[in-house]
Amino acid sequence: MANVLINAPKTAKRGEVIEIKALILHPMETGFRPGTNGSIIARNIIERFTATWNGDEIFRIDLSPAIAANPFVSFFAVATDSGTVGLRWSGDEGFQVEESIAITVE
Amino acid sequence: MMRLRIGLCLASVFAASLALAQGGTDKRRSGYQDMGPSLQRMQDDGTSNPGMLFVQLGAEAWAGPAGAANKACADCHGASGATMKGVALRYPAIPEGADTPVDLEGRINLCRTTNQQAAPLPAESRELLALAAFVAHQSRGQPIAPPDDPRLAPFLDRGAAIWALRQGQLNLSCATCHDDNAGKKLAGVTIPEAHPTGYPVYRLEWQTLGSLKRRLRNCLVGIRAESYAYDSMEYVMLELFLMERARGMAFEAPAVRP
Repeated sequence: MANVLINAPKTAKRGEVIEIKALILHPMETGFRPGTNGSIIARNIIERFTATWNGDEIFRIDLSPAIAANPFVSFFAVATDSGTVGLRWSGDEGFQVEESIAITVE
Repeated sequence: MMRLRIGLCLASVFAASLALAQGGTDKRRSGYQDMGPSLQRMQDDGTSNPGMLFVQLGAEAWAGPAGAANKACADCHGASGATMKGVALRYPAIPEGADTPVDLEGRINLCRTTNQQAAPLPAESRELLALAAFVAHQSRGQPIAPPDDPRLAPFLDRGAAIWALRQGQLNLSCATCHDDNAGKKLAGVTIPEAHPTGYPVYRLEWQTLGSLKRRLRNCLVGIRAESYAYDSMEYVMLELFLMERARGMAFEAPAVRP
């Protein structure tokens, strides 16, 4: 189940550079650690995070096993038009989370 | 919407919490004051503090019915959790009808077994920590206020005795580091005064939320002593002593610590 905290301004001036911050609950299991029974715990990480502004991709990162649990992503975008910023996390074991926020550009 | 509300609420209590932590002639220091500004900001910002993810989880668990009684915490205590304001500040305490103290996690499990008729949640399980974080978060910014219950005195004394007891292969007591050498360095890290101001705490080293019990076990392992069992009374008595020692300090849960 998705458990996400997003921090972004609700309104921005046209052309303004805004910061969007997102934190998600995820174990980011590396796939290199042995469990209590000695066998390796299967890798379970978020592989990709993408952000779209009104459907156009504006930011994307690939995450690696070295990134800590509950990854925090912060990025900047130029506010062009009012609309929806979509945030999408996808990864191992069919992990798919989508959240969206509305931003009004004046 | 919920995340926004939490953010606003945090911003308003933060000013109060700093004033409390650093006010007056109180020389006690919370671990918060020994952290760098970036970690302090991480704790204060409700959308960058990973502990708040667990508070959200806790809010869901709070509203969800459980057990044979099919009752949710919210059914008796109210949906918002506002009735839990100040509760985390006064535990461990002796619950009604009992004669030994329980800590906050223990109290939640007691409510589960008696009122919800559900199985108790395992120690350090995500749901128990989340519920504890949700309850504790309601008291953020308020001063720690242990109950003035004379029946607690023997447990408090025993907690103080464990605090001063040298144990383990390194033959150290809690007091050796956290009373006598607090503020000095241990392997490059500042030794904190060990005030339990922000539990359950999000520890970056753990990459998750953990209880005060887990932290105490951490220290016991560090001095090469044998940890007490998770359900043992020793932890509750130590927690009782620590909360009394931190009486009046600002509560920060869920805190972030390195």
